[in-house]
Amino acid sequence: MTPVASSHAPVRLQFDGLQKSFFGVPVLRSVSFSVRAGAITALVGENGAGKSTLMNLLGGNLTPDAGQILLEGQPHRPRTPAEAQRAGIAFVHQELNLFGNLSVAENLCLDGFPLQGSPDAATSSGLGWINRPALQLLARNRLDLVGLKLDPNTPLHRLSSGERQLVEIAKALGRHPRVLILDEPTTSLSAPECSRLFALMRELRSEGLALIFISHSLSDVLREADDLVILRDGAVVAQGPCRDFSSQQLITHMVGRTLEQLFPPRDSKRSLRQDVPCLEVRNVTQPGIVRDISFTLHSGEILGMAGLMGAGRSELARILFGLDPHASGEIRIGGELARPGPRGRIQQGVGFLTEDRRGDGLSLESSIADNMTLVSLPQLARTAIGWLDPTTLRQTVQTIRESVRLTATARDEQPVKTLSGGNQQKVVLAKWLLTRPKVLILDEPTRGIDVGAKYEIYQLIHQLADQGAGILVISSEIEELLGLCDRLLVLAKGQIRAELPRAEFQQERILAAALPA
Amino acid sequence: MSSAPSRPAAAAWVTPLRSWAGSDFFVLVLSAVYFLILTPLAPGFASTGNALSLITSLLPLLLLAVGQTWVLVSGGIDLSVTATIALTSVLGGLAVNEVSGWLGSGPFAIPGAILLMLAAGAGVGFLNGLAIARLRMPPFMVTLTSLMFFSGVAVWLTQSQPIGSLPPTFTAFGGRLGWALPVAALLTWVAHLGLSRTVLGRWLYAVGQNARTAEVSGVPVRTVTVCAYVVSGLLAAVASLFLTGQAETASPVLGQRMLLDVIAATVIGGVSLYGGQGRILGVLFGVLFIRLIDNSLNLLGLNFTLILMTKGAVILLAAWLDGWRRQLARMA
Repeated sequence: MTPVASSHAPVRLQFDGLQKSFFGVPVLRSVSFSVRAGAITALVGENGAGKSTLMNLLGGNLTPDAGQILLEGQPHRPRTPAEAQRAGIAFVHQELNLFGNLSVAENLCLDGFPLQGSPDAATSSGLGWINRPALQLLARNRLDLVGLKLDPNTPLHRLSSGERQLVEIAKALGRHPRVLILDEPTTSLSAPECSRLFALMRELRSEGLALIFISHSLSDVLREADDLVILRDGAVVAQGPCRDFSSQQLITHMVGRTLEQLFPPRDSKRSLRQDVPCLEVRNVTQPGIVRDISFTLHSGEILGMAGLMGAGRSELARILFGLDPHASGEIRIGGELARPGPRGRIQQGVGFLTEDRRGDGLSLESSIADNMTLVSLPQLARTAIGWLDPTTLRQTVQTIRESVRLTATARDEQPVKTLSGGNQQKVVLAKWLLTRPKVLILDEPTRGIDVGAKYEIYQLIHQLADQGAGILVISSEIEELLGLCDRLLVLAKGQIRAELPRAEFQQERILAAALPA
Repeated sequence: MSSAPSRPAAAAWVTPLRSWAGSDFFVLVLSAVYFLILTPLAPGFASTGNALSLITSLLPLLLLAVGQTWVLVSGGIDLSVTATIALTSVLGGLAVNEVSGWLGSGPFAIPGAILLMLAAGAGVGFLNGLAIARLRMPPFMVTLTSLMFFSGVAVWLTQSQPIGSLPPTFTAFGGRLGWALPVAALLTWVAHLGLSRTVLGRWLYAVGQNARTAEVSGVPVRTVTVCAYVVSGLLAAVASLFLTGQAETASPVLGQRMLLDVIAATVIGGVSLYGGQGRILGVLFGVLFIRLIDNSLNLLGLNFTLILMTKGAVILLAAWLDGWRRQLARMA
């Protein structure tokens, strides 16, 4: 795919010396760059680099301390999100702003329903009778913009995450934006859904829209974007046409130091103990979910599990951890039959970092300390009645947060929702490390996390394997599995389709096995 | 625009204000202010006699609110407590009255009756908890229906007649401050420690915050839920013992109007209706505040309807102030 946009395309949006501080701490230091019409401009940077602040300035949530934004040459100074929207700035957010209980059509027209008597004029006064036929028509038109063929009356909660993402874009396009911002649009999408989204982005580009694409997936960025802007510590550290950057350069700019590689070096022979199985799975079957799964995880081994979304990887992980039942087959942990339920598994030394960090990995409102100690409370208690000593707790948290290198600025009693994604994930890891697990199941351990924090999490995984734990890693990023694992299982349609030792790691072989035959 | 230069000046008063606004003592200060304003207006408000009567009326509410706190922290709600009071009061009265008591008048009659009341309270809580944890029914519906059901049982057991002729030793448990105060203080203290210093307490918060995360983290979610309702039922039984003692009769309509006071006291005391948040110390002050209002309005000689209206307004004002101070505490 070669970029079709010429570098002479007109500038749609210009950031000119933008500055913003919070309580005297500068988050943006004179940021200047431009966004061309008919081009995809990727905005990358680690968490905390200033991307969100920049987008908040553009979207009218914040006002700059100095500098200005020019939209087609005119000063753009929105005081509210509604003003920014009217000026032609449209956002598609990472957390979708859609309502599961409403229909697709209602979601699409929520900011202005067509009314009886005036089918064209959408008003937002909230009064009047909705013109249902006009609503259908309007919704269908907007769905056509993104190539979604579904009944506008479908309740939104029935849609897949990919379809929802497209509905969100259709909603944004319905306002005829001049600039479309896509903030991490692919995090919850499967591979086919991603390529569909990218095709749509290319189409919108050819229609002359200016797109800003924010993503942590560097391969997506390098493949799909025309221009690249790299932010670090509130400043633009590099910008230019995408083809001028290699993946390595991009990372170096983002992190501000040269990462040896994306992955810490791995010498599996050092830790792997083929003779010590820690998790044995024999013919595990649950109708409609997984079929005849058999494998062995050894002490000191990092075993990867590849597959497309819906292949049954996360479902298998839940079965292995005792959260979901299996109809037949046998699971052994350290040679002993698995005890029922997550409690039984935890007693046998199994840990499980779930895919949905916010939903069932953390208590977002609870403190760092409470989240870290949750699993090991019974061990930390002194007596049979479960008496907890605050000093013991504090020291435990202190030790473990140092060993996972949690950001030093966070206080123990701070709610975890205030942390960045990377630090949140470190809290989840700390929670399981405290139990000294013999088997650790990691489902998407680095999802939505910036490059620097990823590296640190990989190091922690290595350390744990070196200490003798067996680790099962599920990931949708094939590069991650290739870089991290000693051995790979490929799942498709609930079955193991291939098993590859490190020597045979090839992206093509994995993909071939993962695709449903 | 000028936030950076003005920052040091602001920080000097903002930080102590924030830490005060975030603390449990806010409601205590509110109560003190209320007390100071009402003292010159209400005759006898500041007298020793009134203080004693205030404490007497405060203790049953305190026990109910403490039990409710356990349930609210676990992410539920217990509307059945007033029915538990009525049921246990009637059972205790039927067991121990001097005319036709089931347990006669032997040495074990009174301890037996108290045990029966506690067992019944725990039993109601256990049934509530079981329905909520095992059958996954919403706490609001389960406890609302058990409120109706057990109120009915209490009335049916007595044919809506109050039971008098209770032995003085039995009524002394709740009626005499010398007994009731230390018992209530001890139970509140134990409930506080249980919530703040034990594994079970941490689990209650975890379940109330995010039950799915708690389950993945190996918390026995269902057992913890049942525990919360059993504790609420048990404390309701003790509150019933107090109220029965104070009234010197067992009655199927005892404590009927206390439910809203319980909810108001816990919420003003800083317990979240959404679960996972709240501490006993705050609840203690919430109970004090509610009872201060009741007590002072009685002394002002207002009639019942006026008291209700004024109380509603004052609680609303307190809730508004509370929301305001939370916002203050959250400011980064």
